[in-house]
Amino acid sequence: MSTMVPDQRGRYGRFGGKYVPETAMYALEELEQSLDEAMADEQFMANYHEELKKYSGRPTPITHAENLSKRLGGAQIYLKREDLNHTGAHKLNNAIGQALLAVRMGKEKIVAETGAGQHGVAAATVAARFGLECKVFMGKEDIRRQELNVFRMKLLGAEVVPVSSGSKTLKDATNEAIRYWVANVEDTFYLIGSVVGPHPYPKMVRDFQRVIGDESREQMEDLPNKVIACVGGGSNAMGMFYPFLQDDVQLVGVEAAGKGIHTGEHAATLSEGRLGVIHGSITYLLQNETGQIQEPHSISAGLDYPGIGPEHAYLSETGRVTYTGITDMEALDALKVLSEEEGIIPAIESAHALSEAIKQAPDMAKDETILVCLSGRGDKDVHTIMEHLGGEVDE
Amino acid sequence: MNKRFEKHVDGRSDLFIPFIVAGDPTEEATIKLALMLQEEGANAIELGIPYSDPLADGPVIQRASIRALEHGMSLEKAMNIVPKMRERGLEIPVIVFTYYNLLLQLGEERFFALVRENNIDGLLVPDLPFEESEEWRESCKMNDTALISLVAPTTSDKRLTAIAKEATGFLYCVSSLGVTGTRTDFHSSVFEFIDRVKSLSPIPVAVGFGVSAPEQVAKLKEYCDGVIVGSAIVRQIEAQVDGLTNEETQVEAIDHIRSYIRDLISPYEKLKINT
Ligand SMILES: Cc1ncc(COP(=O)(O)O)c(C=O)c1O
Repeated sequence: MSTMVPDQRGRYGRFGGKYVPETAMYALEELEQSLDEAMADEQFMANYHEELKKYSGRPTPITHAENLSKRLGGAQIYLKREDLNHTGAHKLNNAIGQALLAVRMGKEKIVAETGAGQHGVAAATVAARFGLECKVFMGKEDIRRQELNVFRMKLLGAEVVPVSSGSKTLKDATNEAIRYWVANVEDTFYLIGSVVGPHPYPKMVRDFQRVIGDESREQMEDLPNKVIACVGGGSNAMGMFYPFLQDDVQLVGVEAAGKGIHTGEHAATLSEGRLGVIHGSITYLLQNETGQIQEPHSISAGLDYPGIGPEHAYLSETGRVTYTGITDMEALDALKVLSEEEGIIPAIESAHALSEAIKQAPDMAKDETILVCLSGRGDKDVHTIMEHLGGEVDE
Repeated sequence: MNKRFEKHVDGRSDLFIPFIVAGDPTEEATIKLALMLQEEGANAIELGIPYSDPLADGPVIQRASIRALEHGMSLEKAMNIVPKMRERGLEIPVIVFTYYNLLLQLGEERFFALVRENNIDGLLVPDLPFEESEEWRESCKMNDTALISLVAPTTSDKRLTAIAKEATGFLYCVSSLGVTGTRTDFHSSVFEFIDRVKSLSPIPVAVGFGVSAPEQVAKLKEYCDGVIVGSAIVRQIEAQVDGLTNEETQVEAIDHIRSYIRDLISPYEKLKINT
């Protein structure tokens, strides 16, 4: 049944839809029509897969984390290595798809939002590759925190536009990118970074990320017992889960519990948020009593989003996917363990998923399997990791 | 049919519909500004509810929202200001301008209870497009409340026809793409667009987004039934924030804004008509 969503109106059960100003409706209609045409065009899809292969280096392998599994003494842990994509995360799968669509639609410019800069870098990368002009909207606060990625984007030829509205972070950068897009839709394509936003964005990003799950199904000898992925907006998780929805496989999404759910400083949208509208979509979001959107907290900038993709809200409500939370500290512990045991430094985002696997594996049998989506590599996070683990590593 | 809309909006072609943000900079200033705007010939007031993420608004209204939120303004509190305006003589319709999330959190039942208790006349939800608004259209009808619809130059003919057919109060024509804010000039095709809307709309058509100069008002007067002025007024309020906050200087600050308004809408010759 779940393959039936979204419906014509972009609804996933009671979630999703198009809650945007009238001025944006035309832009969404145009996008929806072009997307449907592109997805039905074999040549377009062939191009997309060719780029994934020759430019991004897909298929990404699955690595059996043997040392880690042995140490935990339970289920066998497998890692889907999205960290081995060009630019170091799953983000590029989606950026390639959308950039090709932009070109197909005859747009010359793309705009994107970014928090930590990972999606901004992916957008700047494909802009360079496909000859598009690129503006990346980024909160002033994030520009300060993510110097290195700001420089990478500039090096790739993109313009980084500082956003000083609202709380000067990802949600405000997203607002600003949408505002700019709507005013410049004639020549501009909005390249969104996760399975969020108004219809057809959540569907489009899912369909450009499902390659993660499609490959995994082929690569695993048997279906895994569990699949675990971290959830910010939810694109790596949606891409990983989607091809497994009809199977007898347990699916677990991991949100950032930050300093702990009880502290109020977290990004645990599904467990702590309420139904509302964010960036054009009905879903769960962190907000105060009267409906003002609140700032989330997570050590990982990629999970630091006050909303969640509408399809995740739907999968949570139907019970098909279970969602849990992992704290900053738990994620850092998992990051350290994977580095030491397997020689892989994961992104802090991905370490959230890994931490959940580490929790669950000991309670499972040795012949059972957990597949973890290792959404990105940790190079971008070394500064943060040094701040928190510096002492421990020196010993 | 809503009585205040009937009296002050229906059938008119010189509509001046100002927008102010509730609580910008204070509740008392909002009340005084509303009364002043009525004195200057406003036919209805759009009372903007401050929101953390105003997707349809430019920097001027974003800043006003932040000012109002700093004092704890909310949808419910804003709706509770209206009876105080009425007590002090406000007769024209009040339209609550709120983003959908705020409305969802307050809840439909509570919202309409407040509409009835507080003599509120209209609702405008900038991020609730026609396709998602059926339920609210019904409940607005049942509560004698106008649900103001927006159309933009990019709105397709098919949607325009459907929207115009269901529209109540007045039809809000967005002058240009993008967000609210002052603009020095309109694209020439805007006037064709307004003509198209006029020919389809059984109710008054007012144009908003970017109206900030008397020359624009004079030109628009030939094509439609009125103007909606937001950012230009909010910008004046911003310039007078200190004066408006201080009781001693409040009257002077209001008069400053008053003379701006008088000049802006002079093409309508409102004061001549009213006196
Ligand atoms: C490595 C990595 N994983 C996960 C995420 C979270 O995004 P999503 O939930 O859309 O997969 C990000 C976002 O920047 C990321 O960089």
